[in-house]
Amino acid sequence: MNQDDLALIAAQTKQSDNRYDHVVKVCVAAGCLSANADQVKTQLESELKQRGLETCCKVKGVGCMGLCAAGPLVSADANEKMFQSVTPGDAAAIIDDIVDNKPAPPAIVIDSKLDFFAGQKRVVLENSGEIDPERIEDYIANDGYEALFHVITKLKPLGVIEQVTKSGLRGRGGAGFPTGLKWTTVAKAGGHRKFVICNADEGDPGAFMDRSVLESDPHRVLEGMAIGAYAVGASKGFIYCRAEYPLAIKRLRIAIRQAESNGLLGMNIGDTHFDFRVEVRLGAGAFVCGEETALIASIDGGRGTPRPRPPFPAQQGLWNAPTLINNVETFANIPPIIRRGGEWFASIGTEKSKGTKVFALAGRVNNTGLIEVPMGMSLREIIFKLGGGIPEGRKFKAVQSGGPSGGCVPEQYLDIPVDYDSLASVGSIMGSGGLIVMDESSCMVDVARFFMDFCMSESCGKCVPCRVGTTQMHNILERITEGKAEPQDLELLKRLTGMVKAASLCGLGQTAPNPTLTTLRYFMDEYRAHIDEGRCPAGVCHPAKAEAEVNA
Amino acid sequence: MLPAPKVVAPPSDDKRWKIVDGMMRRHGHEPYALIEVLHTVQETFGFLTDDGLKYVAASLRVPFSKVYGVATFYHFFTMKPPGKHTCVVCTGTACYIKGAPSLLSAVQEAAGIKQGETTEDGMLSLLTARCLGSCGLAPAVVFDGQVAGKVNTESIKMRVHGYLGSESESLVVEEHK
Repeated sequence: MNQDDLALIAAQTKQSDNRYDHVVKVCVAAGCLSANADQVKTQLESELKQRGLETCCKVKGVGCMGLCAAGPLVSADANEKMFQSVTPGDAAAIIDDIVDNKPAPPAIVIDSKLDFFAGQKRVVLENSGEIDPERIEDYIANDGYEALFHVITKLKPLGVIEQVTKSGLRGRGGAGFPTGLKWTTVAKAGGHRKFVICNADEGDPGAFMDRSVLESDPHRVLEGMAIGAYAVGASKGFIYCRAEYPLAIKRLRIAIRQAESNGLLGMNIGDTHFDFRVEVRLGAGAFVCGEETALIASIDGGRGTPRPRPPFPAQQGLWNAPTLINNVETFANIPPIIRRGGEWFASIGTEKSKGTKVFALAGRVNNTGLIEVPMGMSLREIIFKLGGGIPEGRKFKAVQSGGPSGGCVPEQYLDIPVDYDSLASVGSIMGSGGLIVMDESSCMVDVARFFMDFCMSESCGKCVPCRVGTTQMHNILERITEGKAEPQDLELLKRLTGMVKAASLCGLGQTAPNPTLTTLRYFMDEYRAHIDEGRCPAGVCHPAKAEAEVNA
Repeated sequence: MLPAPKVVAPPSDDKRWKIVDGMMRRHGHEPYALIEVLHTVQETFGFLTDDGLKYVAASLRVPFSKVYGVATFYHFFTMKPPGKHTCVVCTGTACYIKGAPSLLSAVQEAAGIKQGETTEDGMLSLLTARCLGSCGLAPAVVFDGQVAGKVNTESIKMRVHGYLGSESESLVVEEHK
């Protein structure tokens, strides 16, 4: 395939889509599928057939539209019409609305001008909810693989890295390491064998951005990886994906097959000397495998335990070869950066955090789902404007970002801009993008215990501070929630957090104390209430009851 | 160079071993394919047996200790046969905040099993997942591979009674059929 073939496919696909007056898009990402979106799609198709409208109206399965809690979602006419919580029985009413302009029942109509949609800026998710993730032609018709062709035919590897560096893109996996710098290191490393790995082991509970990108637009990730491989001089790539995401794995495999048969992956891509193959590797349910050296150990077929760094994977990674590891969202940002230039990307966001960030908004918030916003938007705007605030008129208590490695941000910091550095300044981290909103019905000590329980069982056991420290901290937190703690336990807990943070081998242990530290910092009164008064202000734990049992 | 793969006979003449063999062949019997192969064994047989692990170890020329280490390190692998039906409660943060613990205790009440256990008659296994990534549907539960969203204690009890059959709660089952 060459650039002309690509343009031809794009033109043909657009032409065949333009034949239809209406395109009805049904979300077939995992969230909506589990609410029977596939049946809705079949019903819409048979309804059109019955009315003899197949030639003017087309039903298309597309990726995630974002508002996952209101699924299954259906949209039409360039998203001017949107429908929520659709059942197969609503198919007739929806077709009536779209074709004959007879309004559908208000219960299933969503206002497409809702802040949830209008407040977003979509770069990574630009194709989500627009294209059929299982058809490469759809991706190509939306400028797909254009960036890859531009890169391999017109740019030198250093030129690619220059654009990425200029864009100011930072790793979207959580730590925020400058992507351009990482690519430069791998490109400069010697050796004839190099690898590219896409980290799709999205282990943070409460985060589903990567899953959604893989399910909605898998080719974008492949294209980003191929560009990365060209830039650093690799010819083999792996996508390490959680086994818990069967749909994402299936769509990735379809995408790889399609790209290979179209000559967009494999040998001599675009009639150049560039070769690149990609393989999917399955994780097996170990949170620690999100850490890059553990991930490499897992791809090699071993237990996923990290090793000390340096040497960094950029110098010595998979099978001791220089290895470029980036997160799904990082790779997904690459094609638009190449297409529109590094400066364009750098014009979005804040001084030190460029571009947009995808967040998974969940918990006690009205509009749960996936959003993409420019860096620097305030937490308040995200939760109260896009998220639509807290349900049932309850009061906001905290928002947890960054999963088990992040912290709980209280109301007083809601106005800080969301970027890597601001979140770090209040003790949390950007993390991979999970935002869990909590209201007054959540007990912060219990939340800290929940995350510590997670880290305790996910600790790989290799280094003592993490293995033993997380267990000890968990025991103390459990004693507090059960009302069996002594006042001096708090002091011990604080000392342990510092020790585990400083002495652990990898990111898991180094960040495990964060939820505890932030709740100690902002919600000390709740800890005190449990310990001194034997009472849980949120009514989640039953410290007093436990005490009564002990005394009895 | 490693010696050429020794031909090892499968532990039984069960035809399903051919699927496992196919996967090992596809990876050229390379030791790094261990996790992929264990996935195939579990997918085909439902769980990992000692015999299966030994067979994979010999075929891939990986020490049995390493195979056992890998099989027990990862949560996804199980060495116990699952029940006829499975109920996986998501305990990710969003589900936790929205009441996953009460779902677990509801199942415990209805079926008498804790997480990771199977009922004595082998009808139902109760498992937990770290996060299904279906946080928009919290709390989420996977019943026999189908994700159900916004589950409450009543609906989960109904499902569990349905699985456990007529002996335990004939009334509810009839209602449900």
